Amino acid sequence: MLVLSGLLVVVVGFALRLNPLLVVTCAGLVTGLAGGLGFVTTLSTLGHAFTESRYVPIVWLVLPVIGLLERAGLRERARDVVMRMQAATTGRVLLAYLALRQATAALGLVSLGGHPQMVRPLIAPMAEGAAERDVPNLDDATRHQIRAHAAAVDNIGVFFGEDIFIAIGSILLIKGVLEQAGIRVLPTELAVWAIPTAIAAFVLHGARLLLLDRRLRRGTA
Amino acid sequence: MITLEFLYRLMGILTGAAAVINFRDRTHPNRIGNSLFWGLWTVSFLVGTWLSDLANGVLILAMVAVATLRGVKAGTGDSTTLAERLASARRWGNRLFLPALAVPALTLLANATIGKITIGGLPLVEPKQVTLVSLGVATLVSLAIGMVMLRPPLRAPLGEARRLLDSVGWAAMLPQLLAALGAVFAAAGVGKVVSTLAASWIPGGAPLLSVSAYTIGMALLTMLMGNAFAAFPVMTLGIAIPLLINGLHGDPTIISAIGMLSGFCGTLMTPMAANFNIVPVALLELPDRYAVIRVQVPTALMLLAVNTVLMYTLAFPR
Repeated sequence: MLVLSGLLVVVVGFALRLNPLLVVTCAGLVTGLAGGLGFVTTLSTLGHAFTESRYVPIVWLVLPVIGLLERAGLRERARDVVMRMQAATTGRVLLAYLALRQATAALGLVSLGGHPQMVRPLIAPMAEGAAERDVPNLDDATRHQIRAHAAAVDNIGVFFGEDIFIAIGSILLIKGVLEQAGIRVLPTELAVWAIPTAIAAFVLHGARLLLLDRRLRRGTA
Repeated sequence: MITLEFLYRLMGILTGAAAVINFRDRTHPNRIGNSLFWGLWTVSFLVGTWLSDLANGVLILAMVAVATLRGVKAGTGDSTTLAERLASARRWGNRLFLPALAVPALTLLANATIGKITIGGLPLVEPKQVTLVSLGVATLVSLAIGMVMLRPPLRAPLGEARRLLDSVGWAAMLPQLLAALGAVFAAAGVGKVVSTLAASWIPGGAPLLSVSAYTIGMALLTMLMGNAFAAFPVMTLGIAIPLLINGLHGDPTIISAIGMLSGFCGTLMTPMAANFNIVPVALLELPDRYAVIRVQVPTALMLLAVNTVLMYTLAFPR
């Protein structure tokens, strides 16, 4: 029971809006100590796992090329392209990206997206540009709301698309866990049963994006 | 053979440049804090492999201390003016999209090819790391395309990377730290305790109750652990297999597939899934740390309800 105190640290720390790095480190130390590992072993476990996880921030390697293009006006161009397309509203731009992200993830092309590569330089400026054309004096709150939606679409698209692809990590994990319990399941069948939720995700979130358009037009977003 | 070490050296160059440029930038509002934070991370990328586990742990404490006490803050702004960028955007037009879209395109291309290259019978790239190495190679080639095309000053790429890293701040390191926390949870046996608790609390029998316990439990535990992959074995061994599959003779394929997707609903609602929910807040310069989560919660709750209904109606013999 005591080892769960680390989870408590996480909940309280995030609720109080303390610095997440501090919260996560404290949660790790508390969990290790409560689990009887001792301070030095706990810190070593954390240090070892941190070093083994250096592949996680590899996505930042894209920053030099994205920064270079931003310096040359990439975001301004993305905005400009959308502003000249009358039919491209904020909701429709994001709906199109949702469809693209879900469809490509379902084909296993998970790397065709992401916040540093796609959302910051392209999708968010496009969604903002579409709103600016229709509402000339866009206030900051609305602008931030549109950007948050752009980030959300990337997440929802990839989460509820990737499981339709049979070789993705989560499908292999499901197969492995059930196999250990003596139950055999086929990746192809697991992938099929991800389709109903994928359709629901597209319909429900798509509807919310079109409602966002309506609120933007009324100026109540 | 190219392994992850190659990518760690590249990351070290990136964060090292951010540390040095910040240190030499007398106009930076948080010069010392930023250069210390990126500098310590550089040590981890360049020599972390050869340091002891304890030394790497101390490195984490130092980074967290710097981030908490001095912060990691955005610098003084853009390197080009809006007018310059608009002029450049007009000049280059849609060609500007080319290097940006080259990143995903080349990642896919590299992913499909570099795993097959052998030199003297040895694979060029460590087979398990092909996907990550592909991303690294794609960013390098795209950067080369951008440099040849735009002909910026040679210091521009690393200077711009410094600007972006500064604006993301400490959030850049959070996903890696969370991965380490997951390992400590596993070493201390957190999963086992939760699994035993769940199995003892939830009464078997009533199908809708048991199904809800599994789908909602997956979402809640994912929110706490930050990762549906960590929650799945716990909840599936604790609830799904004893109650839903063995007890109520539900279809294991449908139950486990939809169970995982219920976990993904939890991922949309937690700051613990930092790379999806907190990093974009920093990247998009949003004032509210939970802005992306707020937008995602309604969709996540609706999909959790859909998953519960789908599992209840589809997975059990009538």
